[in-house]
Parts: sequence; C-alpha cells; structure tokens
Amino acid sequence: MKLTNSLNRSLWVFHFNAGSCNGCDIEIVATLTPRYDPERFGVKLVGSPRHADVLLVTGPVTNQMADRLRRVYAQMPSPKVVMVVGTCGQSGGVFHTSYNLAGPIDQIIPVDVYVPGCAPRPEAIINGVVTAIAKLERLEGGK
Amino acid sequence: MNIILSAIGGTIVLAIIGIAVGLFLSGIDRRIVARMQARIGPPLRQPFTDVKKLLTKQSIVPANAIPWLFNLMPIAALASSIAVLMYLPFGSLAPILGEAGDMILVLYLLIVPSLALVIGGFASGSPYATVGAQREMVSMIAYELPLAISVVIIAWRLMAANVADPFSFMTLMETSVWDVAGPLGIVGLLLLLFLFMWITPGELSKVPFDSPEAETELAGGILAEYSGRNLGLFSLAQAVKMVGIIAFGVIILLPWNLSPVFGMTGAGAAVIDLVFFFVKVIVVSILSVTVVRTMMARLRITQVVKVYWFVFGGIGIAAIILLMLDAFLMGGV
Repeated sequence: MKLTNSLNRSLWVFHFNAGSCNGCDIEIVATLTPRYDPERFGVKLVGSPRHADVLLVTGPVTNQMADRLRRVYAQMPSPKVVMVVGTCGQSGGVFHTSYNLAGPIDQIIPVDVYVPGCAPRPEAIINGVVTAIAKLERLEGGK
Repeated sequence: MNIILSAIGGTIVLAIIGIAVGLFLSGIDRRIVARMQARIGPPLRQPFTDVKKLLTKQSIVPANAIPWLFNLMPIAALASSIAVLMYLPFGSLAPILGEAGDMILVLYLLIVPSLALVIGGFASGSPYATVGAQREMVSMIAYELPLAISVVIIAWRLMAANVADPFSFMTLMETSVWDVAGPLGIVGLLLLLFLFMWITPGELSKVPFDSPEAETELAGGILAEYSGRNLGLFSLAQAVKMVGIIAFGVIILLPWNLSPVFGMTGAGAAVIDLVFFFVKVIVVSILSVTVVRTMMARLRITQVVKVYWFVFGGIGIAAIILLMLDAFLMGGV
C-alpha cells in the first residue's frame, strides 16, 4: 500500500447502500450537483468498486447486505478509504433494535471517517471528504 | 542503423507528445463540460493526476480472469494507439514511418485499441464486462460503415482529379480535397464533415455512444474489472486514441497549413504548422466530443446501430452521389 499526493487530488467514489432508507443517498446525490461541484477537487462517482478509492456506505447493514458489503470492500484496490454517511451506519439509528441488523458498519469492515446526521447535509458530507483527505495526508506523513 | 535509431527516438518522443496532448485534451473536455453545466470543473491537469494515481494503486486480477490476457491487453491498447500516431503527418512534419502506411492501414490500426478492450473485457470473466465487450463489438461494426464510406470517397475524388497516390497521407496534406471539388462536391464534403463529427464520439465510446462503458447499468462495462495500473494504461490508450482519431479526421477533411499564408519555410514553418494542427485538433474535439456529450443522453445499443447504418450511412451515400456527380461535371473521370 503506497500513499501518494495524487490520491488526495483524485478521489473516486463508489456508493454502496447497505439497507438505507434512501435519505442519505439523496443527500449524496445533492452533494454531487453543480451547486457544490466536488469535481473541482477531482472527486468523481464511479460505477465499479474496482475503480474506486473511497467507499461511501449508507444505512445500517441488514443481514442480507453484510456479505455483499464485505465482498465489495475486498474488490477495491488499496489504498482505500471507507466513509460512513448517516447515523444508521454508526449505531443503527432508528433501526437500532431491529431483528434484521448485522451492523453497524464498523463491525463488518474497517471505517475511516464517520459523517453523522439523519440525513447529513451536503456540507457535512464534504467536510467528511476533507477529513478523509486530512487523514490520508497524516498517514502519508507518518510513512 | 541510423534509420532504426531515429525511428526508436521518434517513437518515444511521439508517445510522450501523444500522451500529453491526449490527457490535456480530456482535461479541456472535462473543464468545458463543467462550464456548460454551470460548474467550475476540475483543473486542466486533473487527468494527469488521475493517471498518476491509478499507476500507483494496486492492480487486482479477478479470480475468474485469464491473467496473461487480462494484463497484456492494456499494453496492447496503448501500443497500438501510439502506432496510429506514427503514420500520421502532424502539420508539415512527415510521419515517422514515412510513406510506409496509408489511410487504409490507419483505418485498421484504429480498430486495434477497441479490439484490445474487447478481448480484455472477455478475459476479465465478469458478466458486466462481457456484455460491455459485446456492445463494443456491435458499435465497432456500426461506426465502421460511415467511416469507410468517408475515407474511400475522399480518396476516389482525389483520384478522379488525377492526383497521384490518393490514399497517402502526404498527398492529403499537400492537396486539399476542398480545392479539387466543385460546388456540388463542396456540399458533399460538408456532409462528410458532419459525418466525421458524429463518428468520432462513437470511436471513442463517448456519450451518446457510450453504451459499452455504461456506468449506471453495466458498472463501467468493459472496464468493470480493471483497476490500478491496468486501468491507468487503458485511460492513457484512450487519450492517445482520441488524438489519433481526431488527427485522422483533421488530416483528411481540414488539411490546411498556416506556413504558406505567412510565406514561411524551414523550422519556423514546421513549428507554426504543428501548433496550428493541434489547435485544429482541440477545436474539433470540443465540437464533436465535448459539446455533443453535454447535450445528449446515452443511446441504446440498437439505436446506435440504427443511427450509424441508416442515418449516417444514408448521409454517407448522399455524399458519395454528390461527389461522383461533381467529378463527372468537372470532367475528371
């Protein structure tokens, strides 16, 4: 695993819905609109986990999705960053006591950045990306 | 010996120029698309950063893939798209391989990068990549008809005007087909220009002809299983191919040089012509790739075939009839 400066400037994002109510997904789409324009910083939504640097996960992980989440994470080439968007991914949120939960996400795959909120505003998601970049720079400096 | 050394050196220089110009072109493309969508857009060096990042990332070979074929095809795609550049004259600079190849050879060479993509897609053993590869083959069959029509009819019109060696690129750069044609022929050539503008996005799998790489339905299509270095090599090949196909169109349909206008000769003329040539390439790429891709949505693969065969094929046949009539009226044949 090698961290380079060019990784911070071209983070390609793959979006994974692990049983979310779609609220966070709509906010992610809102983040990608011309109003916020994350492509300024090289952030791009890609269709395949093989192309991605960042895995954006939303939702509490349902039993059905747990194995898929693990496999999608394994399919990503390293170095990779995992970002959890929304309260559900951190604690289960309103689904906390559900019989059908395998999550929260950090019990299934390692998580780097948490963005709390139900649903988080686009500004919060952008702040999460900036935190991810700062973490990458810190890791890079530590090497 | 000297010839071999200069050919090797020329190839390396050309590869660097081709990659740099190609990535710069895609940077301009992304920037203009962003501006047309009222965004600010990425910096011009963004494609360079992307490729640099991809080359340092891990390259995964899927369990279902055929490893040697899977790893070989990105290199084959890049090599063949650089090979296209070696046959093309840039401005008044003669091609590195001189008179060794003509238009028909380049037509075949332009197929090879797409073919490498197709083989790589099949070798990756993913259903998404397989569907993407099948679509790429179908769209290759689709755009090849109008492309072949436009190349052959231009060479035929030059031959009808008693120009020697009409398939050679040097002939095309020296004798503009627009000077040869009469009024009817000019109309036909305008149709061919229109045709070429729509063939270019098809060759490059850009919107609206990007169904082989459809991100939303096929998860990246042919490239779905490619990651890291292999994906970086494919994006370099795509960038060089973009320069190649647009330069090919510029040579056959917009072949003018600036140096005769200023009456310059020698090294100064070569530099001016080279710069003017790349300016033409950039303008054509903005008009035929960037603007089209912002305006339109993706076509289904059946619609791609229908459009290329019936609409653009029909326009191509109209252009053939106009140019033949023109040749008979001008008394060439």
